[in-house]
Amino acid sequence: MAQMTMIEAIKDAMRVELKRDPNVVIFGEDVGHVGGVFRATEGLQAEFGENRVFDTPLAESAIGGLAVGLSVQGFRPIAEIQFVGFIFEALDQMFVQAARLRYRSGGRYNAPIVFRTPFGGGVKAAELHTDALEGLAMQTPGIKTIVPSNPYDAKGLLISAIRENDPVFFMEHLNLYRAFRDEVPEGEYTVPIGKAKVVREGKDVTIIAYGLMVHTALKAAAELEKNGVQAEVIDLRTLMPLDIETIVESIKKTNRAIVVQEAQKSAGAAAEIIAQINENAILHLEAPVLRCAPPDTVYPFAQIEDVWLPNPARIVKTVNQVLQF
Amino acid sequence: MSKGSLDAPAKPGQAQAHEVRSENVIPLQILSPEGEVVNPERLPDLSDDQLKEIMYRMVFTRTWDDRAVNLGRQGRLGFYAPVSGQEATMVGSEYALEKSDFICPGYRDMPQLVWHGLPLYQAFLYSRGHQHGGQIPEGVNVLMPQIIIGAQILHATGIAMGYKLKNEKNVVIAYTGDGGSSEGDFYEGLNFAGSFKLPAIYFVQNNGYAITTPYAKQTGAQSIAHKALAAGIRGVQVDGMDVLAVISAVKEAADIAREGGGATLIEGLTYRFRPHSMSDDATKYRTKDEEAEWALKDPIVRFGKYLEAKGLWSEEDTARVKEEAKAAVAEHIKKAEQTEKMTVPGLIDSMFEQTPPNLEQQKADFQ
Repeated sequence: MAQMTMIEAIKDAMRVELKRDPNVVIFGEDVGHVGGVFRATEGLQAEFGENRVFDTPLAESAIGGLAVGLSVQGFRPIAEIQFVGFIFEALDQMFVQAARLRYRSGGRYNAPIVFRTPFGGGVKAAELHTDALEGLAMQTPGIKTIVPSNPYDAKGLLISAIRENDPVFFMEHLNLYRAFRDEVPEGEYTVPIGKAKVVREGKDVTIIAYGLMVHTALKAAAELEKNGVQAEVIDLRTLMPLDIETIVESIKKTNRAIVVQEAQKSAGAAAEIIAQINENAILHLEAPVLRCAPPDTVYPFAQIEDVWLPNPARIVKTVNQVLQF
Repeated sequence: MSKGSLDAPAKPGQAQAHEVRSENVIPLQILSPEGEVVNPERLPDLSDDQLKEIMYRMVFTRTWDDRAVNLGRQGRLGFYAPVSGQEATMVGSEYALEKSDFICPGYRDMPQLVWHGLPLYQAFLYSRGHQHGGQIPEGVNVLMPQIIIGAQILHATGIAMGYKLKNEKNVVIAYTGDGGSSEGDFYEGLNFAGSFKLPAIYFVQNNGYAITTPYAKQTGAQSIAHKALAAGIRGVQVDGMDVLAVISAVKEAADIAREGGGATLIEGLTYRFRPHSMSDDATKYRTKDEEAEWALKDPIVRFGKYLEAKGLWSEEDTARVKEEAKAAVAEHIKKAEQTEKMTVPGLIDSMFEQTPPNLEQQKADFQ
């Protein structure tokens, strides 16, 4: 089995699907000849031609709108938004037009689009390159949101996303692109959308995380173990649909939980997850479910991001709060 | 260069160095307000039956609009944007296309959809907020009216790219108004079309007002057609009260697009005789004099005079079409009213191909 970084696994997923389905097309700013600013599409234009993988003028709304128009024509567009902060320019096309094409047309058209975008802090990137905007997508009816945490899942989930007949917002953490290698099978395989994974078993507390925060949570769990606390860590992998079943099963065992997110604390993914826990598992809880998240400020790029983002020490502190409730 | 059109981009070496310039544009006109042919070389090649069909559709559309306004007042329609005055741009532009071509409408452009094949009762259902209104029949190449003013410009651009990638010789037309030409999506769409040389027609129905904001406050550009220059596509201005001029301009743009010549921006100078929607008062921002002046350019009167002079149309024909249109509207509004209401569970199931578990759970509250 091949060893791949996450960015290689993502490229491999796109290559597999470009080869399998002639309707798959990839476009965005700089994705063609150069292969994208992170090289996610490197070599794909040379292999599949300019009709399949192409550069566009610099205009995010038009990239989104092009994807909607191409879906109406039967294509399966993979649209790259170069950095997450630029999705605001494309929000209408992503979250209004693509997300409601099926509803607006009474099911006549669908929008099998994957909007890929890098996001995520801790890399000292420029302003508006790293913000965690998954909460916006989660609040939007009609679009699915995926945040992989490792190369194996990234490839399997991206293949699932490309085959999905509804629009998907696929968020790739910058800090995971080349962080480590993983065993990734050659060729086709899928990881199902909407299925979380217990990545560490424990009986005392559940730590729910996604993306880079899964790794930060695992570090915190190792710290907690030193004090005899067995933390269970769940990698959500998909935020919409949310695998509440796996979360509830874990809480039945641990009776305590926290949610870790990179996005600002209020009204985000964690808030929604906690609301669903209340609806589904309130009688299994021994303590309120807490959030470990950055404060509600703008993202302070570079200078203080290391202390602004959740780290193992803060996760341990939050876990201790629910243990001592 | 044909009369009334701009070649784009501006050729280097013309005019003054360092400064981009373009000449004033003259709207393409074929019929005078008296219905006389003033531009015979641009007269579209249409049979007598085709000419009568165009008149039929314009009179039908006017009558439908009259009835729709009444139905709206009775509470039998929901959102409705009146179309009277714009029959030449709406009916003419659609008539110039093939059935296999694609239409991306703005919120006022229901007539083009119906003449392209959307059943009238579905137009009424759409107005009443029923999602079956948007369930476009197989083989009818349209999207439903777009509410976000410029979004359809980009959808048309994507659909045009699809035709180009599939090597199909169809074209896409997108409609917006003078207000829509100020949206960012308008510029992004035109620029993409220029960059990829796409088979698209962007038709701006410049009716002088974006709700109440007059054209003079909309842009400092000489014309909306000039906006094609910067995108590197053709720009054309047409008398939007002259149906033959509209047909000629759209047909020409479609022919060029089909042959790989790229996109055209067409600005049709037109007027809506009624307010923007059912809920604004046009007397607050327009004068009686202005309305009277535009009434003299009425596209149905003008084309009617041309046809009458050729012995192809009479007042009796108009009366007959009006009766037919009234009967059709009555039949289709009845069908719309008798269509079973959409349901919340049905709505939930329309969000995704397969309804996810959380939505399944939410459905239970409505069953």
